[in-house]
Amino acid sequence: MLELVTISTLNGVLYGMLLFLMASGLTLIFSMMGVLNFAHASFYMLGAFFGFQISQFVGFWPAFFIAPVLVGGIGALVERYGLRRVHKHGPVAELLFTFGLAFVIVEIVQMIWGKGPADYRVPPSLNFSAFTAFSTNYPAYKMFELLTAIAIFAVLLMLLTRTRIGLIIQASLTHPHMVAMLGHNVPRIFMLVFGVGTGLAAVAGVIAGPALVTQSNMAGSLGPILFVVVVVGGLGSLFGAFLASLLIGLVQTFAVSVNLSIADVLQPLGVAAPSGGALFDIWNVTVAQIAPIIPYLLLVLILIFRPTGLMGTREQ
Amino acid sequence: MISRFTTAFCALAAFVVVALPAAAEDSVKIAYVDPLSGGGASIGEVGLKTFQYLADSVNANGGVVGHKLEIVAYDNKLNAQETLLQVQKAIDSGVRFITQGNGSAFAAAIEDFVTKYNERNPGKEVLFFNYAAVDPVLTNDKCSYWHFRWDANSDIKMAALTNYMKTRSNVKKVYLINQDYSFGQSVRKGAREMLGAKRPDVEIVGDEVHPLLKVTDFSPYIAKIKASGADSVITGNWGQDFALLLKAAADAGLQVDWYTYYAGGTGGPTAIKQANLADRVYQISEGLPNEPYAPAQEFEKAFRAKTGVSLFYPRAVNEIGMFVKAAKEANSVDPVKVAAKLDGMKFTVDNGGEGFMRTDDHQFFQPMYIANLGPLDKNQPFEEEGTGWGWKVTGKIDAQDTLLPTSCKMNRPS
Repeated sequence: MLELVTISTLNGVLYGMLLFLMASGLTLIFSMMGVLNFAHASFYMLGAFFGFQISQFVGFWPAFFIAPVLVGGIGALVERYGLRRVHKHGPVAELLFTFGLAFVIVEIVQMIWGKGPADYRVPPSLNFSAFTAFSTNYPAYKMFELLTAIAIFAVLLMLLTRTRIGLIIQASLTHPHMVAMLGHNVPRIFMLVFGVGTGLAAVAGVIAGPALVTQSNMAGSLGPILFVVVVVGGLGSLFGAFLASLLIGLVQTFAVSVNLSIADVLQPLGVAAPSGGALFDIWNVTVAQIAPIIPYLLLVLILIFRPTGLMGTREQ
Repeated sequence: MISRFTTAFCALAAFVVVALPAAAEDSVKIAYVDPLSGGGASIGEVGLKTFQYLADSVNANGGVVGHKLEIVAYDNKLNAQETLLQVQKAIDSGVRFITQGNGSAFAAAIEDFVTKYNERNPGKEVLFFNYAAVDPVLTNDKCSYWHFRWDANSDIKMAALTNYMKTRSNVKKVYLINQDYSFGQSVRKGAREMLGAKRPDVEIVGDEVHPLLKVTDFSPYIAKIKASGADSVITGNWGQDFALLLKAAADAGLQVDWYTYYAGGTGGPTAIKQANLADRVYQISEGLPNEPYAPAQEFEKAFRAKTGVSLFYPRAVNEIGMFVKAAKEANSVDPVKVAAKLDGMKFTVDNGGEGFMRTDDHQFFQPMYIANLGPLDKNQPFEEEGTGWGWKVTGKIDAQDTLLPTSCKMNRPS
């Protein structure tokens, strides 16, 4: 029992931090610009493929720094020449723009790298097991993943709340005219924020690429769960996204290890199971079986009972 | 002189004008209905490449009784409704042969559609060639005269796998992990029944299903397998569900034997190499490149040179080969006549050995191979996905020994 709890906690925290790594850029862009970026997962995928391609030439470590800068640059250009023009027409137009952008990026990636998975591997310098708990190995690469996520969280939090740039960025969102009056270039600040946000997505991509599968559908399979993280955490709250990532990671991991079904709970209480039909199936579904959809259930519950999310400040 | 020249020229021109469209219309088309976008695209793409390669080689050898063979791709987006729309579209554009393989649920939809269509449109019959959908029900309760399956169904594969496991004394505790849909369910059911009958001493220590292509982190599942003390795992997982499962196992240092259906699929060998599971991942299939049979090895070499991937569907080679043979015997590409010839046909399969299309249920029976992936021996020329590892055959089952009874009551055209 202790073994299962320890290992599930470790796995849950690791998975949660991977989620946070991916959601941090999304929540940054949303909280600072008010843009819900549907193409975020696509930038994450771009990061993975850039990381793969660059590491073919110069190795993993240079790629780890170059790929996010490149993707961030592309993000900044998208903001400058796309999003800024669309911005005039309101949030719906922005939403549709990023939605369309996601498809464009997927098509381009398929044209260049094809539809099959790329052979993107963990760098040899991190390819060993960091420690062993109850005869289960924990690879160094996962520790690297964890540390990067925590570092990004700390740096972002400091940057936004403790520095001048952070103050100006926050002010630009609520009082853009006043900030412009004070002599700051507000559009450029937004461009910077969008660039950094997409760059963060790329960092997640470079790191997750070797750990998961680098292929053109990786954006589609991760996109939905990122929105769950951001909404459960509270739209635009960095700390909320951090908590929500951990929560979802842990809940999902623990759920997998629970083999209980409704039948197991009710049988001892003397309730007979239905003999057939759809109800019979529901009766015997175990918690483990539905584990991957529990985050979405959480999303629905949060929206009903606490629409602002765990740490959200956007009260209407 | 001039007039003779003009006449000749006109005749030639008329011939060109008439003959070209006629040749194009005269081609026989097979509609390839499989995912070409979204989550299944990487798999659908490999199948399409395979069929296009096969069509090219058929055309280089004179085509199908004089007709050019053409593969027309339709994207079903792994969606049942879209599948039927695409099949309808194909039929509307004059296609009389459909081939599909990814996803038994979609195969069932096509089988049902084609059967009804043929009932209502006598004289315009359409055939369904299934190259990879393995739910047993397609050739049992739901069987149809118009459906032909070239892949061994999941029960046949499980029977072969369990026959092999029966002889392995180190198999004591088995864990089942499968995708939660019709195929995954049939794997777990088959494994439970057959292992129970053949090796009652073997304990099934876990029986897990997870959502199809939705899981990113398999480490909690691996933790469960580890906690159960299993020494072997049976899985029907394919695509990223297989690759991610193996990667998570490698990360955690889980050392068990894996008995699989689709370890050789795209990304599978790469994951096995990364996991460093030499000779511990088994796959059951109808053909393997390193099986020493010269014609198959030559085919494999040419196929890899042209497409850049290894042949994952020897069954597609059998399908097209038998289609051409049936058309030749019938001297026609009329679907009804082709079907009559395919019914019960005997055929020398891609990897050598004899197979036959059983009349009772239109299930093809062929020699099956169990192989594991590991570092290559001297006489093994083919590696997989640039890993330096290749498939080693550890067991062969003749077609006669793969026969299973069927519950099919086929409605034959009178």
